[in-house]
Amino acid sequence: MGRIAFLNANAAVAEAALVAGLGFYAGYPITPSSEVPERLSKIMPEKGLPFMMMEDEIASINACVGASASGVKAMTCTSGPGFSLKQEALGMACIFEVPLVVVDVMRGGPSTGLPTRPSQQDIMQARWGTHGDHPIIALAPCNAQEAIFETIRAFNLAEKFRQPVVLLTDGALSHLHTKVYIPDPEEVEIIDRAQPDVDPDNYYPYDYNYEIPPLAKWWTEDGKSYRYHLSSLIHDKTGFPTVDPKYTQWLLKRLHNKILNHVDEITKNEYYKMDDAEVCIIAYGSTAEAARVAIDQAREEGIKVGLFRPLTIWPSPEKQISDIASKVKHIIVAEMNLGQYKLEVERIVAGRVPVYGVGQAAGVLIRPSQIYEKIKDPSKSVEICLTEEELKRFGGGE
Amino acid sequence: MGFHYELRFAGVGGQGSLTAGTILAHAAVFHTNYYATQVPTYTSQVRGGAAKADIIISDTPIIFAESTNVDFFLATHQKAYNAYKGDLKQGADVLVDSGLVTVPDEDAKIYKVYEYPLVRTAKYEIGNVVTMNVLAVGICVGLTQVLDVEAVRETVKEEVPERFLDMNLKAFDMGLEVGEKFRREGPTKK
Repeated sequence: MGRIAFLNANAAVAEAALVAGLGFYAGYPITPSSEVPERLSKIMPEKGLPFMMMEDEIASINACVGASASGVKAMTCTSGPGFSLKQEALGMACIFEVPLVVVDVMRGGPSTGLPTRPSQQDIMQARWGTHGDHPIIALAPCNAQEAIFETIRAFNLAEKFRQPVVLLTDGALSHLHTKVYIPDPEEVEIIDRAQPDVDPDNYYPYDYNYEIPPLAKWWTEDGKSYRYHLSSLIHDKTGFPTVDPKYTQWLLKRLHNKILNHVDEITKNEYYKMDDAEVCIIAYGSTAEAARVAIDQAREEGIKVGLFRPLTIWPSPEKQISDIASKVKHIIVAEMNLGQYKLEVERIVAGRVPVYGVGQAAGVLIRPSQIYEKIKDPSKSVEICLTEEELKRFGGGE
Repeated sequence: MGFHYELRFAGVGGQGSLTAGTILAHAAVFHTNYYATQVPTYTSQVRGGAAKADIIISDTPIIFAESTNVDFFLATHQKAYNAYKGDLKQGADVLVDSGLVTVPDEDAKIYKVYEYPLVRTAKYEIGNVVTMNVLAVGICVGLTQVLDVEAVRETVKEEVPERFLDMNLKAFDMGLEVGEKFRREGPTKK
C-alpha cells in the first residue's frame, strides 16, 4: 500500500520520481522549483542514492545525461531561466537518445521575470528551446495528484523511447498543498529501458535494425561490460561521427518517427463535458482547473461548453483537436502566456472554426470568472489590464 | 454546495502567515476528514515582501484552489492588507493587528472588522513574537468556529517545535478566548 500525505506538487514530483526508480539527481535550486531538490536531498542519501548539488544548471543536466547513459534513471529540475541554460544539453540528450526527465516549474518570464509567480510561458521553449530538428515529449499535469502519476509516466516514456521528457508544472501548482496518494512501485506500471540480447562484441548503440535500439547499461548482473561511443555529432550505428547524407537523413527521420509513430501511445487527454459541447475550451495545467469551474457555471445556464485538456502537450494531439474542430462552433484556448499553445491549435484547426484566446501573462492564475466571461462573449478581452485612469497615475506596483 | 470555507492569511514574509495556513489545512485534512488546500504566494524578497496563504476547506474536492470569495481574512501588515483584500466577500470576517494595520472606515462598512494587538500580545504577554501566528489561528477558530477546537489543538502540537509547544498552546488558548469574545460581542470597528 502507498501512503497519504499533505504535499505541494513539487514534493509530490520528488516522491513520484523515487517511485518511478530515480537513481540520480543533479540540479541547481531555483524558485519556484526548489522543494523538489530540497525533498530529494533528504531522502536520496538515506537510500544510498547520489544527489548532486551542482555549480549551475548546465553542469546539472550534463551530469544527468552522463548518469543516464551509464544506466540509471536521472532527473533534473528547474524553472524558466534555468531551463534556458539546460537547452544545449537537452539537445545532446535527444541525439544521444538517453532517457532523461527534466522538470520545468514555469514562472513568469522572460529572463528572471517573476521568480515566485506562475506562468505557462515555456510551452514553446519545451518544444523548440534546443536547436535543430529534434523530437520532444512534454507533459503538463493539472494538480498535485496528477503530478505524481505524470512524473511516473514521464520516466516510463523516457525509458521506453530513449528520449528526454519535459514535465511542465507552474509556480502556483508547485506550491499548492493538498492531500495526495503516493503509490508503491508495485501498484503502478514501471518501465525500464530495453536491454540488448547480443554480446558486447556485437552490440551497437544505434543498431539499424531497430526503431528504438536498446541502450545497454555499462554493466550487467552477469558481469558483462558494454562499452560504446556516444557522440553529439550525427553518428552511424556505432555512435561514431558520420557526415554521410543518407545516414544523416535516416537518423533524423528515425529520431522523429520513433515519437510520431507512437503518438497514440504518448498522448493522453481529458474530455470534460464535451459530449454535446458547441464551444470547446482547450486548457492544460493549472488553467484547466479554472476552466472546469467556469464550464460548470456556464452549464448551469444551459451553455453547451466543454473542456479538452491535453496532458501530453508535445507531441500535440493533432487528431483529437482536429476532430473537435469538426464538431464545435468555436474554440477558446486559455493559458498563462500570450498565446503559445493557441498557435499550435490554430495550425491544427487550419481556419475551420474561429480560435479565441484567454492569454494572460500577469503572474497570477487565470480565474474561473475570466474564462466564464470569455465563454459568454468570445470577442471580449478578459485579461487583467490597467484601466486608462490607472495608466495615468501608475507609479509602480507592489 | 455543501460546506465550503475560504480563508486568507496575509502578512509580510517572516511573520508566519504560511505556517498558520498550514496548521489549519492539516487540521482539516488529518483531524476532520475535510478536503483542504493551502496555496502560498510570496515575493522574491522572502522577508519583508507581502505574503499570503489561501486556505480552502470543503466537504467536496477542491478544483480551483485560489481563494476568490474569502470568508475570513487575517492581515498582520498594512502592505498585505492593501494587496490582498480584493477577494473578500461582503460581510467577511477581517482580523487585523491593531498596531500595524489601519482599516479604512469604508471597509468597515462592508466587512466585519476585528482589531487586536496580535504582535504586542505575542511578544509581551505570551513571551515570544513567533507565537503570533498560533494566537491568530486561535482567534480565527474561536471567532469563526470553522473547525473543531480539539482538531486544531492537536495539529498545533504536531506542527510547532517541541521546545516552543507550551508557549504556543498558551497562545492558542488565549486566541480562542479572544475569538469567542469577538463572536459574542461583534466587530470592534463599526
